[in-house]
Amino acid sequence: MQRLITALIAGIIFGAGLVLSEMVNPEKVQGFLNIFGSWDPSLILVMGGAVVVTLISSRFILRRTAPVFADSFKLPISTIIDRRLILGAVLFGLGWGLSGYCPGPGLVNALINPNEAMVFIPALLIGAWIGKGVSA
Amino acid sequence: MLESIPMSALYGGILIGISASILLLFNGRIAGISGILYRLIFNPFDSSERNWRLAFLIGLMIGGYLLLPIDFELREGYSKILLALSGLAVGIGTRVGNGCTSGHGVCGIGLLASRSIVATIVFMLSGIITVTILSAYTGLGG
Repeated sequence: MQRLITALIAGIIFGAGLVLSEMVNPEKVQGFLNIFGSWDPSLILVMGGAVVVTLISSRFILRRTAPVFADSFKLPISTIIDRRLILGAVLFGLGWGLSGYCPGPGLVNALINPNEAMVFIPALLIGAWIGKGVSA
Repeated sequence: MLESIPMSALYGGILIGISASILLLFNGRIAGISGILYRLIFNPFDSSERNWRLAFLIGLMIGGYLLLPIDFELREGYSKILLALSGLAVGIGTRVGNGCTSGHGVCGIGLLASRSIVATIVFMLSGIITVTILSAYTGLGG
């Protein structure tokens, strides 16, 4: 139960951050990626602000032997930079630029702009299903 | 230049960082939205992990919509074909590359994971190239 409440709270704060920063506005995101056009640099502050917090907090959190409400930390252990990682990132960036949506803002837009989310979210899940079978 | 950059972008980013920190400190899990979503959808019988994933995603949508006003104009009339291609590419790419903006860009870089640093640089460059080409053909964003 405690883990559900902390996950719910973390989700609410994350969603609030996406709205406050306007990451949920796909035109803003495309403006941020449009560095050779009318560039809107403000989203640098979103990732910058988030990363400064996680850089600092992770140092302290991982000194613990275990998380507060779970038996162990579950972190990705792979350190291999392979073709899958690069191909995946290239495709993700392509898709991100085409609409201005990455997965989080895409989900939130189910409520904000359902006309677009009703196309984006099913396509996202179909893509993820296809991606499971891709070997690179 | 500086006055054109809204501080709300920074505050929003800090909230996202705090959220990822809470999930790591209390639950020991990474706030990577694509991974959380796909594992919830494709492993629905993983009962020990399913419920927190659902709680997180419900919170994400509530916090992203009900708590704060949306003060930008909704995009209308955007190409459905582009939206569908975008969803497919994001889905395949984040599944194959094991992460998106949140998992690699925020959490992974915070953990100084080399994979995440490389992935973030690559998806940023790919996104920039895509929008540059798209705007040349469609006039998007000038």
